[in-house]
Amino acid sequence: MLKIKNLEVAVEGNQILRGLNLEVNAGEVHAIMGPNGGGKSTLANVLAGREEYEVLAGSVEYNGVDLMELGPEERAHAGIFLAFQYPVEIPGVSMSNFLKTALNQTRGARGQEALDAMEFFSLIREKLKVVNMDEKFLSRAINQGFSGGEKKRNEIFQMAVLEPKLAILDETDSGLDIDALKVVSNGVNTLRSKDNATVVVTHYQRLLNYIVPDFVHVLVDGQIVKSGDKSLALQLEDQGYDWVKDELAEPAAA
Amino acid sequence: MSTEQETIEQFTNTEYKWGFTTDLETDLAPKGLTEDTVRFISAKKKEPEFLLEWRLKAFRHWQQMQEPDWPNVNYPPIDFQDAYYYAAPKKQEQLKSLDEVDPQIRETFDKLGISLDEQKRLSGVAVDAVMDSVSVATTFRDELKKHGIIFCSFSEAVHDHPDLVKKYLGSVVPYTDNFYSALNSAVFSDGSFCFIPKGVRCPMELSTYFRINAANTGQFERTLIVAEEGASVSYLEGCTAPMRDENQLHAAVVEIVAHKDARVKYSTVQNWYPGDENGKGGIYNFVTKRGICLGDNAKISWTQVETGSAITWKYPSVVLKGDNSVGEFYSVALTNNYQQADTGTKMVHLGKNTRSTIISKGISAGRSNNSYRGLVRVARNASGARNFSQCDSLLIGDRCGAHTFPYLEIHNKGARVEHEATTTKIGEDQIFYCNQRGIDTENAIGLIVNGYCKEVFRELPMEFAVEAQKLLEISLEGSVG
Amino acid sequence: MKQQESKFQDAVDWYISGFAAFEENLNGGSQLPFHKLRKKAVKKLSENGFPGPRDEEWKYTSVAPILGQAFGLPDAPATESSLEIAPLTFEDADRNLLVFVNGSFSKGLSRLTSQAEGVVVCTLSEALQNHADLVNASLGLFTDIGTGGFTALNTAFAAEGTFIHVPDNVELTDVIHIVHIAEPAKPFVVHPRNLFVFGDNTRASLIETFHGQGPGSYFTNLVSEFIVGDNARVDHLKIQQESTEAFHVSNVNVQQKRDSVFSAVNVDLGGALVRNDVNVELAAEHCETHLFGFYLGSGKQHIDNHTFVDHAMAHCFSNELYKGILDGQSKGVFNGKILVRQDAQKTNALQSNKTLLLTDDASINAKPQLEIFADDVKCTHGATIGQLDDEALFYLRARGISEEMAGAMLRHAFISDVLEGIKLDAVRQNLDAQIIERFTDVKSDS
Repeated sequence: MLKIKNLEVAVEGNQILRGLNLEVNAGEVHAIMGPNGGGKSTLANVLAGREEYEVLAGSVEYNGVDLMELGPEERAHAGIFLAFQYPVEIPGVSMSNFLKTALNQTRGARGQEALDAMEFFSLIREKLKVVNMDEKFLSRAINQGFSGGEKKRNEIFQMAVLEPKLAILDETDSGLDIDALKVVSNGVNTLRSKDNATVVVTHYQRLLNYIVPDFVHVLVDGQIVKSGDKSLALQLEDQGYDWVKDELAEPAAA
Repeated sequence: MSTEQETIEQFTNTEYKWGFTTDLETDLAPKGLTEDTVRFISAKKKEPEFLLEWRLKAFRHWQQMQEPDWPNVNYPPIDFQDAYYYAAPKKQEQLKSLDEVDPQIRETFDKLGISLDEQKRLSGVAVDAVMDSVSVATTFRDELKKHGIIFCSFSEAVHDHPDLVKKYLGSVVPYTDNFYSALNSAVFSDGSFCFIPKGVRCPMELSTYFRINAANTGQFERTLIVAEEGASVSYLEGCTAPMRDENQLHAAVVEIVAHKDARVKYSTVQNWYPGDENGKGGIYNFVTKRGICLGDNAKISWTQVETGSAITWKYPSVVLKGDNSVGEFYSVALTNNYQQADTGTKMVHLGKNTRSTIISKGISAGRSNNSYRGLVRVARNASGARNFSQCDSLLIGDRCGAHTFPYLEIHNKGARVEHEATTTKIGEDQIFYCNQRGIDTENAIGLIVNGYCKEVFRELPMEFAVEAQKLLEISLEGSVG
Repeated sequence: MKQQESKFQDAVDWYISGFAAFEENLNGGSQLPFHKLRKKAVKKLSENGFPGPRDEEWKYTSVAPILGQAFGLPDAPATESSLEIAPLTFEDADRNLLVFVNGSFSKGLSRLTSQAEGVVVCTLSEALQNHADLVNASLGLFTDIGTGGFTALNTAFAAEGTFIHVPDNVELTDVIHIVHIAEPAKPFVVHPRNLFVFGDNTRASLIETFHGQGPGSYFTNLVSEFIVGDNARVDHLKIQQESTEAFHVSNVNVQQKRDSVFSAVNVDLGGALVRNDVNVELAAEHCETHLFGFYLGSGKQHIDNHTFVDHAMAHCFSNELYKGILDGQSKGVFNGKILVRQDAQKTNALQSNKTLLLTDDASINAKPQLEIFADDVKCTHGATIGQLDDEALFYLRARGISEEMAGAMLRHAFISDVLEGIKLDAVRQNLDAQIIERFTDVKSDS
């Protein structure tokens, strides 16, 4: 589904990703872990198409198309969803209006009929249950005055509504208490299927107790330096990232 | 057919003389402005002596005045002698049904999105459509009459209710007030008159559609709304104009009088021709709107959505004379291309414990200039006065300008006045967030701008709110690269 | 053009008629290049006169009281003043003192430490003679005399003031304090003219104070110009304590270059009619400007502060905070204009103006103004007008503090964040003490 080859990316002239390789297939859950500043969020944002990120080299192929050629909304239409680390507030724009516009534009791009108000709300009600959210929430402005946990739940709720093929969760667990974490994880697990894939970007192993990954990758200094199964995450939790770095340094020294 | 529809048809059929054509064999006063023009207009309208005298006084005063140059707008000098000051549609014989209305007129209304057919379906809205200065349609009058409400064209009011007109005309905006109000007082053609008697809540939204139609005809509407003690009314005004190449002057005057415990809500959607993308053509809109809360606990609320006109110069104001009276001003002003708007409000606190709220949302795009100019004055005896003002500007592109000129004149220590203003642009991260959810940039901007204006839109009656949102989107088309 | 109705022709005639005598007394000064600018200013004054009420920038301040009096230039000083200067100085800021009494430099009261190589600190009259090139390169460059009025009047009669020139890469270690003292034996006008030129990478701190001694009317008409070089840091504190019969009009013009920081605190405590204009041009990228001010009005004082922050270039930051407390029948005016020009993208401009009205006879006219021509900017301004918080007052009284003291504490608290803008501890503490004394002394008549 997703093939990243030798990706190099810079932000404001500073190179962050330095030759990253990653392949994700349908039905898989990948966790990207690593120390702060290693390039985790950069990877998430560049996949979603944020303009400040400059691709210096490499390629990203998504279901056979060059992803970098698409604008952010076209990527969304193609099924890529980014759960933001810091969801932005947009005053005055209600969640329901926002979601209806997003959903119907996406449906339009996929050649599907727009939902009318009745269909839309019945869909929304069903999806609200996934994240245990109240309907009142629909009349609030996007993320405005939301607590940290509400913002993250809102991201997962939107994911449920838009039904992406490839979901990228950028530090969705940061700042969540254990109850909120369970709600969010539960939401993600409910949406897991053999047809879609999830990339979980996180600093902590904790989330992976709830969203069990098929693969764990360690991203350090802009490269994936180690990959393994879920036990790697536990090892990282126990021993930190330094040993990975040391392991890297040794063969170079030898 | 519902009874409401019947009512409309009945009234449009019987009360009104339809029949001017859009080919417009208008009955023009001679070009230019002299005392004779004023006399011509007054005679044409068969006005009583007092009104002619008043017009002449206004005219003589106007001759002594100079055009104001303080607004933050630029335009070539207006030759006031090179315009027609009166145009009336020719009256033909009565029509038997709406179907007999000139199809061209129907078509024009359709284009404006306010076809009579559609209006008929809008239950609870009485419509008084003004075309070329003379009222051509009034509906629901029976229903209003039952409540003792007078809602008619200004000309009719002059004939049928001269005492009321004499009592209130110029009582809020005297002809000496400013250059354009003096001009309007001298040559006003027609407009609306609305009187809500004591204790009556007007059972429906009152609405008038204005439209400029004849070439080179300055429009001088005059509106007077009086709400007696305990009365309440919501009045809607909407304007659109077809494409036109020459600049057209519009200098309307609106006066509102609210007695004790009365409530008047005045909403406007203004979408006159703004000129083309090169700044050619467009309406000059120099309007004086003012209300007075004469009695205690009265409330006047202005809501406006201004997207049209080449130049807008307009400050709907409230004089808070009665104790505990309330004034409100909610405004969205959007300028694009070469439009210029200098608009805002004045809240003059005279009575005790008077309160005012100002919410102004300016949006500038293209090469336009958008100014908020507002005055909050708290007089020496207005103890306990409160004002809150919020004036936000949104800039789209770097060729436009946003300006804020708030004047706070506070002469009472018990006053609390708060003014906040911000200028921002639409955040790239907001657009990206929408993009990521599959919304393209143009729609994202539409969403964000409508969200930004929400505090004002929610003050509008439902059907206006929808129209207003559409207008913003249409007006911003192509402004985002 | 029709003549403006209120140009105060009588006052214009009065001042211009005194120009010939002034010229003769310049002792050859009329041969200097600067004199051409004086003559131009006279012409502008005669053409445009003084501002009237229809002038937007003078809408709330009538200058008729100032122009109604025929102020002449002060008599030449009698030898040396017997004044005690110590009470007017600040600890830690008294090593460089320039003292002017009735507009004339007092050598006896002044003291100057030796300065680093190339630094010039002297009177304007001396600078016009001895540092003509430095002065002529900058004097009058940033002061608009085109509209006539008080800046033109100052320029026409400018003969004395302070000149400071700090060459590149020099940091002044000591504060420079300029003291203006007025002892009006008879009414007079002075036109102090300052020129401060700070080179690249310089650092300097200036204090300028105005003191009225004894009763009697006089008029201080000040113009100052600051040129702040690349990466320079300049602090300016101006304290105006003119006598209660005095008129004070000041016009401070600042031009900032790249990466410079200019911080000003303007304090108004005295004066019958006061008008201050501070105009700052952020003429290059990455400039930072801090304008702080507070004014205490009582009796029939009229205090008008106009500020103009001109963001001409991108990536600059300006922060403005003005506060006023108005007692008695005093009147305050605040007009803060922020202009963001088209090239000034990424500007961040903040402005706040807060006023306390203590009596029903006090009043404030505030006009915070934004003019924005660039889209990628963040600008906010706020203005509030109110009273002391009754609940806070009650709270303090419930803890046993007298009403008077509680009021004083709250008033002091109200302006404390402006006082924080004064970086010199000794100066701030001194001013603080004066203010507390004033608050506990002056009773509001409510």
